[in-house]
Amino acid sequence: MLYRENGQFKTSYRADQQMLPILQDRMFMGLLLAFVFVGAPFVFSDYFFLSILIPFLILSLAALGLNLLVGYCGQISIGHAAFMSVGAYAAYNLVLRVPQLNFLVVLVLAGLIAALVGLLFGIPSLRIRGLYLAVATLAAQFFMDWTFARVKWFTNYASSGSVSTATIDLFGFPINSPVRKYLFLAAVVTVFAVLAKNLVRSHLGRAWMAMRDMDVAAEVIGIRPVYAKLTAFGVSSFYVGVAGALWGFVHLGSWEPLAFNITLSLNLLFMIIIGGMGSILGSFFGAFFIVALPILLNRAPDWLGIDMSTAMVSHLESMIFGALIIFFLIVEPQGLARLWAIGKEKLRLWPFPH
Amino acid sequence: MGGGLSNGKSIGDVVLDLQDISLAFGGVRALQGVTFDVREHEIRAIIGPNGAGKSSMLNVINGVYHPQQGTVSYLGAKRHDVNTHEAAVQGIARTFQNIALFKGMSVLDNIMTGRNLRMKSGLLAQAFRLPSAEREELQHREAVEQVIDFLEIQAYRKTPVGRLPYGLQKRVDLARALAMEPKLLLLDEPMAGMNVEEKQDMCRFILDVNDQFGTTIVLIEHDMGVVMDISDRVIVLDYGRKIGDGTPEQVRGNQAVIDAYLGVSH
Ligand SMILES: Nc1ncnc2c1ncn2[C@@H]1O[C@H](COP(=O)(O)OP(=O)(O)OP(=O)(O)O)[C@@H](O)[C@H]1O
Ligand SMILES: [Mg+2]
Repeated sequence: MLYRENGQFKTSYRADQQMLPILQDRMFMGLLLAFVFVGAPFVFSDYFFLSILIPFLILSLAALGLNLLVGYCGQISIGHAAFMSVGAYAAYNLVLRVPQLNFLVVLVLAGLIAALVGLLFGIPSLRIRGLYLAVATLAAQFFMDWTFARVKWFTNYASSGSVSTATIDLFGFPINSPVRKYLFLAAVVTVFAVLAKNLVRSHLGRAWMAMRDMDVAAEVIGIRPVYAKLTAFGVSSFYVGVAGALWGFVHLGSWEPLAFNITLSLNLLFMIIIGGMGSILGSFFGAFFIVALPILLNRAPDWLGIDMSTAMVSHLESMIFGALIIFFLIVEPQGLARLWAIGKEKLRLWPFPH
Repeated sequence: MGGGLSNGKSIGDVVLDLQDISLAFGGVRALQGVTFDVREHEIRAIIGPNGAGKSSMLNVINGVYHPQQGTVSYLGAKRHDVNTHEAAVQGIARTFQNIALFKGMSVLDNIMTGRNLRMKSGLLAQAFRLPSAEREELQHREAVEQVIDFLEIQAYRKTPVGRLPYGLQKRVDLARALAMEPKLLLLDEPMAGMNVEEKQDMCRFILDVNDQFGTTIVLIEHDMGVVMDISDRVIVLDYGRKIGDGTPEQVRGNQAVIDAYLGVSH
């Protein structure tokens, strides 16, 4: 009976409305944050930071952004990597053209520019929904792919079309080692996760969810669909734009337009499906799953002592990956976050079976 | 009885006036030249067989449907093509025939959406949970808690609405509408599918709302016993036409109404 809310009576609505009303959740979160910011740098290798934790953190942020739109507001987008590319190229151009800007300011501006573009591509959602909206957001993908490949100004007329970035400098402190990159990302992602959590437990978040669950009733209650949907597109693209800028500057370092193609968009969707729609925690689970699984599958034959060609490994990898996604869709459509919640529920009753 | 006294309460002026409303969906004529009014503080029932146009009438009142013909005056002002948002701003709330709750949300959050119209803090204030936003949230939480107490659903605050039994869902639907503190409350078959006990509870809530908050209520109901008991005036629709209008006693004695209900050809 370690995890209980019994006996923790809330004597005020303020206490009841905390982000984490249950004491054990707060303790868990405290320990987790202590580990993330203090413990992890001593525990993990550079390889682990570079190939797992750094992409995981950035993609969590992107998945979180997509989840705000799809999971919370019920609008679909299968072109979200496009807004990542907007964020990345916006940051690239800001750093290039206004070098004196602090990188944090660059991040926010890149996010805002992505938000504007996202708003624009969100306008069709006011008239169409479902499959038709999905196709409209696909247009964002193709349009942005085309723009950054063709309009040379965005890539500063680089002949190869690929752009590269310099090391980020934060208040005279270069973000140049794997550990520093990791810590910087962990801080950014923590802040954004808290902001997202605040939004979804405020009236804007409730407006999004109301639109998602029953749009006619939402309207009748006075929620304006235009406002709810467009803010969801805007905020979502902001998050994804920031993630795109980080992906470019911190993870890739240099990239071409293809880095943000439809495969990445689909991967973001897989993350929130596997992790859990309408769950902030789920966005993290999903991102970790998608980042870690290929690496795991890739190494499995080695560990098991099976001799296999690289081609065979990569074929198997995509097959197992696809099978797992289908398995998830069928067995637990609400994703890993739901399994987590069930686990907590069990723990609450433990050691009694009912 | 209009303008007079019924069981001790005072019925006021006309707040809602519908003149000659006609509404068609393609070939289906849902409403044909219906005229009626609703007075302040009264419980006005709409009855009629299936497909008579009752729900359509409510949808016209709160701007979901726009009639092809006729005028709607609310609080003395003629409305032209109001939309649902304006209707909500003007204090019109409703519940739905087929429960239209937000399934993925808790009971508390569902009811909190009824306050959305009154909540003003901006996006950034909410994201950073500034003290002003926190205060606003608390203030509206308190209002919602009063509704929760009133409808006796304290035990289900944090329950996802989808897990509640049908009768309780209907109650949450009412709670969400009440959280808007409406002047005019439209109830579309609030007691459909309930057992006798649940119906009695619901009747009591409706009467209490009407009595304690002075809310004007338009109610669609099939259970004639309920209608006769709680409504001040009744309008009867059949095939989109009004065939009766008056006090429950008057309507009960009306031959056209009896025919419509007994299925006599006309
Ligand atoms: N959105 C719509 N599109 C097409 N036809 C509609 C629509 N809404 C209502 N109708 C039609 O209008 C007529 C009246 O419907 P309405 O729902 O108002 O009836 P009702 O009196 O509420 O019936 P019930 O007792 O079954 O709820 C019906 O023939 C219905 O099929
Ligand atoms: Mg109906």
